[in-house]
Amino acid sequence: MIRYLLVRLLGALPTLLAIVTISFFLIRFAPGGPFDQARALPADVVANLNAAYGLDRPLWQQYTTYLRHLAHGDFGPSFRYKDFSVTELIREGFPVSATLGAIAIAIALVVGVGVGVVAALHRGRWIDHATIGLSVVAIAVPSFVLLPALGLLFGIELHWLPVAGWDPTSIRDYVLPVVTLCLPPLAYIARLTRASMIEVMRSAYVRTAFAKGLPLRTIVLKHALRPALIPVASYLAPAVAMTMTGSLVVETIAGLPGIGRYLVQGALNRDYTLVLGMVIVYSTLLISMGLVVDVLIAALDPRVRLEA
Amino acid sequence: MNAPAAESAPHAAGIWRDALRRLRRSRAALAAVTAITLLVALALLGPHLNPNRYDSIDWSCIAMPPGLEHAHWWGTDPLGRDLFVRTLLGTRISLAVGLLATLVSLFVGIVYGAVAGYAGGSVDHLMMRVIEILSGLPLIFFVILLTVVFGRSEYLLFAAIGAIGWLTMARIVRGQAMAIREREFVEAAAAAGASPVRILFRHVVPNVIGPVVVYATLTVPQIILFESFLSFLGLGIQEPQASLGTLIASGASEMESAPWMLLIPSAVLAILLISFHVLGDALRDALDVGDL
Repeated sequence: MIRYLLVRLLGALPTLLAIVTISFFLIRFAPGGPFDQARALPADVVANLNAAYGLDRPLWQQYTTYLRHLAHGDFGPSFRYKDFSVTELIREGFPVSATLGAIAIAIALVVGVGVGVVAALHRGRWIDHATIGLSVVAIAVPSFVLLPALGLLFGIELHWLPVAGWDPTSIRDYVLPVVTLCLPPLAYIARLTRASMIEVMRSAYVRTAFAKGLPLRTIVLKHALRPALIPVASYLAPAVAMTMTGSLVVETIAGLPGIGRYLVQGALNRDYTLVLGMVIVYSTLLISMGLVVDVLIAALDPRVRLEA
Repeated sequence: MNAPAAESAPHAAGIWRDALRRLRRSRAALAAVTAITLLVALALLGPHLNPNRYDSIDWSCIAMPPGLEHAHWWGTDPLGRDLFVRTLLGTRISLAVGLLATLVSLFVGIVYGAVAGYAGGSVDHLMMRVIEILSGLPLIFFVILLTVVFGRSEYLLFAAIGAIGWLTMARIVRGQAMAIREREFVEAAAAAGASPVRILFRHVVPNVIGPVVVYATLTVPQIILFESFLSFLGLGIQEPQASLGTLIASGASEMESAPWMLLIPSAVLAILLISFHVLGDALRDALDVGDL
């Protein structure tokens, strides 16, 4: 197990290096630079700035310098957020984004699996139809429609919840962003669970369990749920990706101090180091989620063995 | 040479006839098809029914609520531009992006998946590794980077978004191709001397069409959503052009003073996306292709 994890983590390093390399050269080929402003700076000022940030040296030298600093855990200085290093920006923003994302995925998992199981056990009844119908709506309504609409309803009309603003100690501030983030993955998980649960409940060993006279609760919880969760486990990595994408919008609209807004802003501002830092954080997260998924599936499915 | 194709042809036609019959019986699918047809017709014809242009400014009607007593049936924005025309042109752009990007991802996914599944062995192993690595990447960020690098050309946007969508399609097609490879009619075609390329495109690809159609129907709304998402972030369609995403973005910022600016394009987008999802689900049941 430990050997497997080590091999997988080592195997992820070349992938990460490839991602960093592609992103580094991609963003550098974009027209414009980090010091472009509405009123152009004098040429010698730009030259001095370029020299200060090392942008005047050949591109491959900048690339190797960046990699060397990266190996020491240094993401470099941000070009736009003066006086901040990218490491500092990530250290401040990441906990906010990670908390929001983790809560959203946890809720999506628990509620989604629960709803999916209930719908599967009542197949063809109204609760099943309601689950299918509502899940289509939840998947189809984009977060940038949902969050303003929820804000309009619960914030401006009913005055129940704050529309924007952020106080990390107040639970009320979490409600709308978390609800917006968790609904699409929740709907997908509910549909996946429903489909695989219906499949499992038809299988021979579940029929045997019924024939033995076991109560429904025991059959569902002890025999059926575990194999039914396998597709849900493999959906976890896309769910994390989906939540990341959602957080770009949710953090922008709700004005949260997370890292979601940095990627788009960084790309638009040609804040090279900030963009690369964000790409590295998100890629690492996604790659490790892939590993978590494989371990989870091996734990759920006795036919799967982890082999390095 | 044509014998194997002839053998599978009546069978295939039977599947499609059955599917069509089952589809017609589903009221949800009929409603979805009707809604999509109406929206497409409205998007194509609607702008010509109204005297306003998408970028013309009517100084006498700034932020006018919807109504039939004036020429701006769905109201205007704070710049005095007609929302009926803008929303329908936005729908047109969103639909075009959705369809074109889906076609790109279909083409790449089918070719890649069919080759991997039919070749099998180490070729398949290598090609699947590539997909595994690609699906581990945060592709949204690459699209964001690409839109920055290539500027805001709409056609590059289609291509970039389509380049994301093909991974799942390739996986589905590969799975199907692996199963079909073992069937007798493929063996018969090989025995009759058909080349691998001919077998691939004459016998394997036509037989994976079922799941492909279902998945394509589900890809269109995903891409429309993705395009509107990019436009919302200011990376997609640029002013004075409009897509549903940019209209919703500007509507969200005027939500207290002019709620119709948010409600109308949101409703159109929601109807469009829900209809495609419902149609995809109904097709999946009608063609009985299982879960994708």
